[in-house]
Amino acid sequence: METKPVHFKNISREESYGYDRKTLDYIRNAAAHGLYEIRGMGAKRKLPNFDDLVFLGASMSRYPLEGYREKCITKTLLGTRFAKKPIELEIPITIAGMSFGSLSANVKEALGRAATEVGTSTTTGDGGMTPEERQSSKTLIYQCLPSRYGFNPDDVRRADAIEVVIGQGAKPGGGGMLLGQKVSARVAGMRTLPEGIDQRSACRHPDWTGPDDLAIKIQELREITDWEKPIYVKVGATRTFNDVKLAVHSGADVIVVDGMQGGTAATQTCFIEHVGIPTLAAVRQAVNALEDLDMKGKVQLVVSGGVRTGADVAKALAMGADAVAIGQGVLIALGCNGETYFQNGAHHSAEADYNALGCASGYCHHCHTGKCPVGITTQDAILEQRLNPAVAANHLKNYLKTLNMELTTIARACGKQNVHHLEPEDLVALTIEAAAMAGVPLAGTNWIPGKGF
Amino acid sequence: MERLTFDLAAQPLRELNTFLHTGAKEGKVGHVTVLNPDGAHNIAVGLDCPIQVEVVGHAGYYAGGMNKTATVTITGSAGTGVAENMMSGKVHVKGFASNGAGASAHGGLLVIEGDAGLRCGISLKGGNIVVGGSVGSFSAFMAQAGRMVICGNAGDALGDSLYEAVLYVKGSVKSLGADAQYEPMTDEDVAVVASLLDQAGLAHDAKDFKRIASKRSLYHWNADANQEY
Repeated sequence: METKPVHFKNISREESYGYDRKTLDYIRNAAAHGLYEIRGMGAKRKLPNFDDLVFLGASMSRYPLEGYREKCITKTLLGTRFAKKPIELEIPITIAGMSFGSLSANVKEALGRAATEVGTSTTTGDGGMTPEERQSSKTLIYQCLPSRYGFNPDDVRRADAIEVVIGQGAKPGGGGMLLGQKVSARVAGMRTLPEGIDQRSACRHPDWTGPDDLAIKIQELREITDWEKPIYVKVGATRTFNDVKLAVHSGADVIVVDGMQGGTAATQTCFIEHVGIPTLAAVRQAVNALEDLDMKGKVQLVVSGGVRTGADVAKALAMGADAVAIGQGVLIALGCNGETYFQNGAHHSAEADYNALGCASGYCHHCHTGKCPVGITTQDAILEQRLNPAVAANHLKNYLKTLNMELTTIARACGKQNVHHLEPEDLVALTIEAAAMAGVPLAGTNWIPGKGF
Repeated sequence: MERLTFDLAAQPLRELNTFLHTGAKEGKVGHVTVLNPDGAHNIAVGLDCPIQVEVVGHAGYYAGGMNKTATVTITGSAGTGVAENMMSGKVHVKGFASNGAGASAHGGLLVIEGDAGLRCGISLKGGNIVVGGSVGSFSAFMAQAGRMVICGNAGDALGDSLYEAVLYVKGSVKSLGADAQYEPMTDEDVAVVASLLDQAGLAHDAKDFKRIASKRSLYHWNADANQEY
């Protein structure tokens, strides 16, 4: 029998860095559909973030507090500049603005219940205030958005503070988007729109165009509320140093800065990943702007966008924030991206529903479809039943309590009796990028890039 | 009913608005006259009772803003955002109005006897606006519900990205915005225009108006989405 040498064909697998499989997939998708991708959640790319900072705990040169015995104050006051009734919170961790429409009414109720139990605030979103939300949330911030959907003077008077939204970290310069499948009869009614249409809300406010106009607009809101309620101004992080200064000039009591890791329920992927600056860079610029104007402590700063853990909260506070706002972390605590949902006393697998959306638990960003397998970002009558407000509120309460315990643990280790005493001097950076953005020295050096040696 | 006068040359705006939010609700005062407004911003904002307010002179930004049930008359001209986000009641400007007049109004009637600036009726959500003169460009941008009656001319891009609001124009329209189209006037349209003109106290023949409404082609912003072709 004749034997032939075996030839193994070499199959090349050399991947191009510029045209990797993700890029090939993106181009093929674009070619097939002629339409940009829209999705939920925030930036997924690797960005300098709070993980790139570490605390310098007390040692010989500093004196720590006992980890869980000695008192560490977390009370937080927002809106002390002009408002007769500032917002008083038990913890500096708030719930970010998310709309009824993007979220179900059950979720809005769960947010309110949990926030009320731990003593913090929730925030409405594009689409107005629901009674469920007002009843469940003791401290409710009412957003005034470009679209003005459902915006009305009764809710302005019912709110505890007003937040004028200029932009959002996931899409600075862009308006809201709610695809037809989520524009249910109730959502459509609240927004004065036909049911089932793809709703794209305005990116500019209808009745003012610049910071000088905004100053008058803010005065109008103060007049309507008889100067009782704090006025927040929320900006997506881009030219944060200038934007924060202009917000102060416009008369804001509180400025909310939302970095590019901030979430969304529906935005173009190119927008989420390529517009805006990381939260870490934004906090430093915002604090610098307040210090430049000698307004630190007079105008409060709330930071959002990728705040996930108690350590993240502590770092934001140390950099100069007065409080943080959390959106995505809150949804994940409620069950977002979970393998199962809890209904009628038992866990049920949600995997088949994730698969139907073309993804799996842990990878889902299909908030825009309204087909949330765990009943969070949906208006579907069956899906929304998968989230029980009481159960979800309990999980969220646990999450917020955990963050607060972590925050105080770190503050005590740094020798602080009040979490608001954390300071930039307590931080160093692990990477040159983070050191430059956060304006704290690279660990083990005195070097802050851009500030000389 | 009592009548009360506030002189903004002598009293701060806060005093006027405080009265309109609290004392006015007791219902004893039926009419408030505001003297020397001198272009002050935020006059008579956030009213929530059926009182009559007459501003004698010119008002600044947001006069009558977020009005509910009250009737606010401005004998002069009004600045940006007059009657913005009105819910009900009436705001009547005898002179001209600046940009964004009646922006996002959910209800009520805004009458402007003179011309209105840019973006009149932007994001309108159910209110009615009657303009005796002409309106500037981008008027009724993204208007969702309600009606606008324009007795003069309209600038560029009238009714851009309209939803369900309906516009009636007597004069010329420089250009229509995306998704806006002329439609035939029905008997019902003529009756609506006649009624609004009557409420505004303006003498025009309702039959002379053209109707503009949404083509609704942007409601689902790309019908080919998710189709292979």
